[in-house]
Amino acid sequence: MSDLFLTNGLVIDPARDVREKINCVIRRGRVAEWTKAKQPPTGVPVLDVDGAVVAPGFIDLHVHFRDPGEEYKEDIASGLAAAAAGGFTSVVCMANTKPVNDCAAVTRYMRHAAQMVDGVRLYPVGAMTRGLAGEALADIGDLAAEGVVGISDDGKTVANTLIMRRAMEYASDFQLPVIVHCEDPHLAGEGVMHEGAVSTRLGLRGRPSASEYLIVERDITLAQLTNARLHVQHVSAREAVEAVRRAKAAKVGVTVEVTPHHLFLTDETLADFDPNYKMYPPLRTEADQTALRRALKDGTIDAIATDHAPHSTLEKEERPIELAAAGVIGLETAVPVSYRLVEERLISLSRFVDLLTRGPAAALRLPHGRLAVGDTADVTVFDPRQQLQIDATQFRSKSRNCPFHGWICHGKVLFTIVGGRICYEARMARSG
Amino acid sequence: MAFTKHHLLRIADLTSRDIELILSTARSLKGISFRSVKKVPALRGKTVLNCFFESSTRTRTSFEIAAKRLSADTINFSSGGSSMSKGESVLDTIRNLNAMQPDIVVMRHQSSGLIGRIAAQVPQCHFINAGDGMHEHPTQALLDAMTIQEAKGKIRGLRVVILGDVTHSRVARSNILLLRKLGAHVRVAGPSTLLPPEVDALGVTHTTSVAAATEGADVVMVLRIQQERLGEFAFPSVREYARYYGLSAQHLERAAPHVVVLHPGPVNRGVELSPDVADGSSSLILDQVENGIAVRMASLYLLSGVREPVQ
Repeated sequence: MSDLFLTNGLVIDPARDVREKINCVIRRGRVAEWTKAKQPPTGVPVLDVDGAVVAPGFIDLHVHFRDPGEEYKEDIASGLAAAAAGGFTSVVCMANTKPVNDCAAVTRYMRHAAQMVDGVRLYPVGAMTRGLAGEALADIGDLAAEGVVGISDDGKTVANTLIMRRAMEYASDFQLPVIVHCEDPHLAGEGVMHEGAVSTRLGLRGRPSASEYLIVERDITLAQLTNARLHVQHVSAREAVEAVRRAKAAKVGVTVEVTPHHLFLTDETLADFDPNYKMYPPLRTEADQTALRRALKDGTIDAIATDHAPHSTLEKEERPIELAAAGVIGLETAVPVSYRLVEERLISLSRFVDLLTRGPAAALRLPHGRLAVGDTADVTVFDPRQQLQIDATQFRSKSRNCPFHGWICHGKVLFTIVGGRICYEARMARSG
Repeated sequence: MAFTKHHLLRIADLTSRDIELILSTARSLKGISFRSVKKVPALRGKTVLNCFFESSTRTRTSFEIAAKRLSADTINFSSGGSSMSKGESVLDTIRNLNAMQPDIVVMRHQSSGLIGRIAAQVPQCHFINAGDGMHEHPTQALLDAMTIQEAKGKIRGLRVVILGDVTHSRVARSNILLLRKLGAHVRVAGPSTLLPPEVDALGVTHTTSVAAATEGADVVMVLRIQQERLGEFAFPSVREYARYYGLSAQHLERAAPHVVVLHPGPVNRGVELSPDVADGSSSLILDQVENGIAVRMASLYLLSGVREPVQ
């Protein structure tokens, strides 16, 4: 059943510059009509959202589903369920599975597994280099033919500048953007956290901001040289986001995402050596956080993305922090945590929705992020009035490596609708 | 005055009163080591577990002697080697050891902060951090403070230089914290490659000149240089390190009168410390070893919560 009459919502659709109370008729999975009429067309089921926000389906440009290979951390079914519960209707899945998604067969498997789930849309990213080894190009043409939406060695940085150049040139032949995790592997070295006063105090090896912005600058330079489309992942350092701002002013084809954890947490959270605050690039200082927030506000940043990186307690709590895996999960916390940006009056509600819809869709040219008549009816309904406490024990994700457990937020996701079908519905949503 | 801390994990957790209490207790227990019968019954019936996940001879021996002189039962558990991978199941190891009901666990581990994380999970016994990664080594700082107090009669106002590989040194971190709490002026010195970023935020000044650092100094603490740092491009050769960053008698000539030299051991003679300084009249290296036992006796005694005074 993919017909629905969405009523009593505040529609926010930044791609169409819409913010109004209006009802949506969905037929056969697409937006059929916007109407002020209170009555649904005959035979169309009604969903009364009771004053909540109705937005285009949220898009997460950056998730890791560990499938194939490490299904005990997450698999495609649990990952997509977590995405739905978090209000995401499309997710972009990184290539560092086991085996790596560097050939058509792995991409085909991922898409097939997602079709079996028949819920949230999964868009795979192919590897840039074979085995993510940074030494030879992956089967980029085959990956493109199989439907990847970009290429990336995410988790790693291609250290060899020539290979990076060639990857950009070749990917462009197949109209694929190049998606980059920017940290110079030698300069970041064995570092476990941001290099600065806190790492000095704690006696932990540091990853300096320079390891990030050196590579951001390098890849921007190469994008200019090759005319490639560049998407910079999880920007964390002040200098890195400033480099992107300058590149955008110079009309380089670059987009950039930021994670909720880099917006809300700093290196001070490592004071108890808890591996659930370890991720790459690392949590940085308050000054970096301020710069990221300014870039959100001024439009430099295109998207909020989670870098949902599930790990079990075996790789986290059970290990010394130096050996613990890097990364945190984020799909089921991103919306309420990020909504604090609106509550703090840093950004408007429309800009918040923009960062989860139009922004990410444009960055990777995904056919979503807008609800014009005829568009696929991917819709997220969330309620800024409803308070919730984040409880990691209740997540759909298989993993619990969440740094926001216990946070009290607003912006509860009520419904996640993909192609006109309700994939997730919050319990007790339709009170009153 | 009673000691109110449940563990001895970090100098960062201690007040100057805590520190003074440990030091005065150590002074009163020091004499036991010089009796013909070097044993008092204070910790009779208590079990002290020495868990060393990083190889150590001196510190482990020092803790074992300290516990035995207080009549505690000691058990040594070592998981040798310098590879941290052996520590991966450390939480399980601790759960097992803990089921054996020790009263005090003395632990060393290569991972910064891990001992504190374990202690938080095992609240019924007392933990002493005998060195965690690059983070802290509180009993070393305490024995250094005791040694300085013995030689100088005070710590407040002294000009103390910490020289060498500050970045990788838990000894330096604990000493900086302790000396600052007790009112000393601390300067760190060494090659830029081995001084941590933003080190001044710890309340110290820094210089890369050994001559400038030692000028007018009351105390020079020299840190051990590890050959592994060559692999991290910290300096070109041991020869160059000795030449440009080693402490020599010439440096001491421009220090304050009666300057004293400390080193946590074992010394690389002729590298960070010239042999004439190591064996010279300003060296307090063997006093540090002596005081190490006294400070560890005091730490065990105070944490055990035993109320009867030591005979």
